[in-house]
Amino acid sequence: MKRKECNPANWPGAARLDGIGALELIWSGDANLFAIVGLSLFVTLSATILASLVGMPLGALVALTRFPGRNVLIVLLNGSMGLPPVVVGLVVFLLLSRSGPLGPLGILFTPQAMIVAQAVLIAPIIAALTRQVIEDLWAEYREELTAMDVGRSSRVATLLWDARFSLVTILLAGFGRAAAEVGAVMIVGGNIDGFTRVMTTTIALETSKGNLALAVGLGLVLIGVILAVNALAWAVRGWSERHAG
Amino acid sequence: MRDSPVRDRPTTLPIRFENVAFTAGVAQVLRDVTLSISAGLPTILLGPNGSGKTSLLKLAIGLLTPIAGRILYAGRENVSSSRHAFVFQKPVMLRRTVARNVAFALKAAGRAPEAAAIARLLSAVGLAPLAERPARRLSGGEQQRLALARALARDPEVLFLDEPTASLDPFATKSVEDIITRTAEGGVKIVMATHDLGQARRLAGDIVFLANGALVEHAPAATFFDTPATSEAKRFLAGELVI
Amino acid sequence: MRLRHLFIGAVLSLYAAVSPAAAQDKSIVVASTTSTQDSGLFGFILPKFKAKTGIDVKVIAQGTGQALDTGKRGDADVVFVHAKAQEEKFIADGFGVKRFGVMYNDFVLIGPKSDPAKIKGGKDVLVGLKAISEKGSPFVSRGDKSGTHSAELALWKGASMDPASTKPAWYREIGQGMGAALNTAGAMGGYVLSDRGTWISFKNKGDLEIVVEGDRRLFNQYGIILVNPEKHPSVKKELGQAFIDWVVSVEGQEAIRAYQIEGKQLFFPNAGQGS
Repeated sequence: MKRKECNPANWPGAARLDGIGALELIWSGDANLFAIVGLSLFVTLSATILASLVGMPLGALVALTRFPGRNVLIVLLNGSMGLPPVVVGLVVFLLLSRSGPLGPLGILFTPQAMIVAQAVLIAPIIAALTRQVIEDLWAEYREELTAMDVGRSSRVATLLWDARFSLVTILLAGFGRAAAEVGAVMIVGGNIDGFTRVMTTTIALETSKGNLALAVGLGLVLIGVILAVNALAWAVRGWSERHAG
Repeated sequence: MRDSPVRDRPTTLPIRFENVAFTAGVAQVLRDVTLSISAGLPTILLGPNGSGKTSLLKLAIGLLTPIAGRILYAGRENVSSSRHAFVFQKPVMLRRTVARNVAFALKAAGRAPEAAAIARLLSAVGLAPLAERPARRLSGGEQQRLALARALARDPEVLFLDEPTASLDPFATKSVEDIITRTAEGGVKIVMATHDLGQARRLAGDIVFLANGALVEHAPAATFFDTPATSEAKRFLAGELVI
Repeated sequence: MRLRHLFIGAVLSLYAAVSPAAAQDKSIVVASTTSTQDSGLFGFILPKFKAKTGIDVKVIAQGTGQALDTGKRGDADVVFVHAKAQEEKFIADGFGVKRFGVMYNDFVLIGPKSDPAKIKGGKDVLVGLKAISEKGSPFVSRGDKSGTHSAELALWKGASMDPASTKPAWYREIGQGMGAALNTAGAMGGYVLSDRGTWISFKNKGDLEIVVEGDRRLFNQYGIILVNPEKHPSVKKELGQAFIDWVVSVEGQEAIRAYQIEGKQLFFPNAGQGS
């Protein structure tokens, strides 16, 4: 059976416009586009780092300590992996608004607010997943570390370091969730042209303006950027494992 | 982390079990064990699988708590485990190099992870050429030797080993046994569990023979092997299953 | 040791993330509507303002309801919307200083080329709406308390109908902006009320076209208000007032007049004419 040729000339009009036209539009390239991609990466990477500095030790602590209500906390942490980004955005907005408790900080409608909102969104994901990884690892390490007289405070650091390759995957999960969301950054950032406009809010805006080809193209760029980050992280992990696994 | 120098710490020998019992779930793992482990030649815990050897070792180092009876160390209860070290049957390799594993053990024991100390410990177990290799990529025998190095990093008074060569080939077994012998000759008290008769013969000063959770016989090696007192011991030595 | 460095790094990045934005040199936040943004007007006039005064204008484009709420909270310095009744209430409630009329554009009734309600070419929007209701053709409402939404509700009221309350099946409230409403109307072959500016610059017209225009009832007035600094001391009142002054000045009004898409003027400046 003759294989059908993959020729864009044969595609139905809409698909062709959206697909090829989009990439052409991107390629004819905008300095603006670089700025938007750069801001997206800055916001999401900062949020991921911030969220993991809080979430990873927290997850490890919950894994290693017994306290009343622990199971309830674990259910809450796991459940908060499904926090709707728009709700997080709304809550952070109310906190940062001039009329809100953190108003004097004056960071609403700035990239800083977007970083905070995304960090709040993904910290529970990172904590919940870290808890599981560390709990499993502790089951394996408990006797050995106890026999070596490893103190409670060193346990967290030791386990986090030994779990580092799994933690990379957790970081990538958090990064992906933040990079993909639009609800939180739209509300707390305001999608200000040249200041708080990121990939996802741009895609939403161009869609609402009817520029569907451009929106699809930007979507492809966004996916490409996310994949590139993942590929880089994986390469680093592989190199590290070969040298000091 | 301790700050008192190793030598100044009081001795923990003899270790005395007084009517110690231990259960795991519904199973009676050890019943009414009364036993004294004194300084000197290696004490070998001998017995078939499931006889309670591992539990006895873990009770001795404090990883488990008896449900009845008590354990005394030089007449005292609840001493710190700083003078003890443990080698597990399947040791856990930390995800880092061989040298860093030893450094970790030194730090945990309250000693400075100096390069010289690490090198000495690695040489003692014959792992010096593999210092920079990721520990997880060692062979079974090499991992067991690293576990020994980590244990020796604690400069222990008593070294507990739980069937350290059970999964090793004869060549690796010999390396490990040699290290154990040298360690014993250096003054460290060895308390080791094994179900391997030949190994027991090679290493033992005295034999603690366990069967079905009970201490059946405790005698100097020569006495045990030549003139066992109990029928279980006789049957075990004859190669029969002791049920 | 490595851990200590990580910890310091954490504290620093947390600080950077949260430290108060250095009193943003010269910039103001203007809460405006999605229709003014989507039409491209701001992209055209703001650079002229910046060139003259060096003030950066950061525009948050929301629905009128949300823009006024942003002003009430003190999160914007100026509001620039098109819902006179809501604006006057904003000032009466003490959240704004004074309202200045700026410009107007008009709304147009958009519908599918197939025109199931047979209203194309009509000059009376109320007649058109009645026809849509009788025929039961789909009608998309923004449903988001925006200026356009308020205008739409006023027109239904003028035609003695209240589909927002009776919620007939053909009345589809989507709760989104103008572009989304146009996309939806196009996709379902329905009618929608749009401001002319958004319509002209909308890139996904598909099967849609203007069916009714020119009715005086479709007149859409924009107003600009400084957020009351007495309610929110953080409001940048000098810079905000400078923007308002420019927008109603000869220069600003000329800039608005000069903005065109496809050769058509979108907004008609009318500051100071009792607007």
